[in-house]
Amino acid sequence: MRLLNIKPDRTWSFALAALPFAALIGAYLIGSGMRLAENPNDKLLPSFNAMLDAFRHMALTPDPRSGNYLMWSDTLSSLSLLLTALAISTFIALVFGILIGLLPIAGTTFGPVVAVASMVPPLALLPILFIVLGLGDGAKIALIVIGTTLKLIRDMALRVKDIPSELLIKAQTLGASTWQIALRVVLPQMLPRLIDSVRLEIGPAWLFLIAAEAIAADSGLGYRIFLVRRYLAMDVIIPYVIWITLLAFLMDLGLRLLQRKAFPWFAGARTA
Amino acid sequence: MTGIVFDKVWKEYGDHVVLERIDITIAPRSFVALVGPSGCGKTTFLRMLLGEEAPTRGQILVGGAPLKVEPGADRGVVFQRYSVFPHLTVLQNVMIGREFEHSRFLGKLLGAKRRAAETEARTLLDAVGLAGHETKYPAALSGGMQQRLALAQALNRKPKILLLDEPFGALDPGIRADIHVLIRKIWNENDLTVVMVTHDLSEAFRLGTRVIAFERPRNRPEELERYGATLGDDLAAQTQAGASITRDFEVWPKKIASPLGESDAGTQLDLKLATSNDNPAAS
Repeated sequence: MRLLNIKPDRTWSFALAALPFAALIGAYLIGSGMRLAENPNDKLLPSFNAMLDAFRHMALTPDPRSGNYLMWSDTLSSLSLLLTALAISTFIALVFGILIGLLPIAGTTFGPVVAVASMVPPLALLPILFIVLGLGDGAKIALIVIGTTLKLIRDMALRVKDIPSELLIKAQTLGASTWQIALRVVLPQMLPRLIDSVRLEIGPAWLFLIAAEAIAADSGLGYRIFLVRRYLAMDVIIPYVIWITLLAFLMDLGLRLLQRKAFPWFAGARTA
Repeated sequence: MTGIVFDKVWKEYGDHVVLERIDITIAPRSFVALVGPSGCGKTTFLRMLLGEEAPTRGQILVGGAPLKVEPGADRGVVFQRYSVFPHLTVLQNVMIGREFEHSRFLGKLLGAKRRAAETEARTLLDAVGLAGHETKYPAALSGGMQQRLALAQALNRKPKILLLDEPFGALDPGIRADIHVLIRKIWNENDLTVVMVTHDLSEAFRLGTRVIAFERPRNRPEELERYGATLGDDLAAQTQAGASITRDFEVWPKKIASPLGESDAGTQLDLKLATSNDNPAAS
């Protein structure tokens, strides 16, 4: 049988998907074991036990100074910034994306400025944001919003333009106004596509959040990682990175499920 | 009366003349089929009638008034593809026309008005043979059923003119025959002028009361850019040297739409027999 015709069944799919993860963990264990055999105080590749201890310390014991469980208060602080920022940029992108994609007037007005602005490296704006908005949450939210909104707007506008013109004409022959077309034809068709776009922006959103927290913050997952970096505390950093990855993965999964549940027509329409 | 008049209409894109000196009057309640080779301008003709494109010169009159260069509720349309909204169920697709009409801000009807619109939509769906499919999304329908839905949707606003852009081109022959019966019935029972673009000559002659052929009289490549298609006899076409109407048949024996209010039992029986073929669940 040709290689391209071999399709793994359920069991095999699971085994094959688990293989790279197992290989990564195995490689780490071997490397860590070799270094620790040479020097039991090695900090670079801590053992799983050391990481578990650090995790217990961070997540399950209150901090003696503040009384907080640091990992959870860090998570709460990071997630609230991230979700606030993503909600703002999603809303802006939906409004401006539909305007730019649907109305030629709005397209010629905002299209070029969005195209130019989306080329500004957001991190280069961070100092400006800190100067203007101070070192608090405002600057961090603003950075994530600036970093993700412009791309989302362009993506939305392109997807609005992908709507077959036949559908827009059909709606007009049914007597629809511009507003009614935006509300009943374009918006509902954009929502599931918006979920796709937001899923792709979760990664960049985390990037901007951690960068901002690294520079000026007093809590947050990124803040903690950069704080303990001074003590080479890999046993804290690695669990934190895994935790961040897991959070991002769960957000992605949640959006995918939402898309499937809330827009049952979309899977069929996408393949048609 | 909604007679359609094309008064010396030209359509050019830059240097490229697509249609040249189209002069034609379409009587109310006729069923006009537009035929011709690809690129002869028949679709451009339909688009101008739809209001999607404006003539470069000349004017189009509908019921004596100049046509607005914008699609409107007085002209319904069915395209070959993308004629129905993928995010709405079959029932919602038909109702949406009424919702656009009566709910200017929300585009959505509630309460008693909604129930009235729903009843009306169900009647239409029944008439096109889609009863029982109300809650499905269009992606779950066959091509023929989607076109039936598109027809029901277009008819809901009771347009005076129905424009069909190769609506049955992608359908299997058997299903196409069924839907021909349906479109004839619709034309018979409603105050409708139908203008249909088609590639299929037999379809044109079977359905149409009048068949109009478009052709480009000059075919040398260097001239194609400069001369469009015209309407008219061969001699006129040659002297005008643009794409035009080269044949205009009154179909014989003369077909006329039956007077409104008298639907004949024969057509309805045909329709019922016919719809069963077009249902994937039945095959």
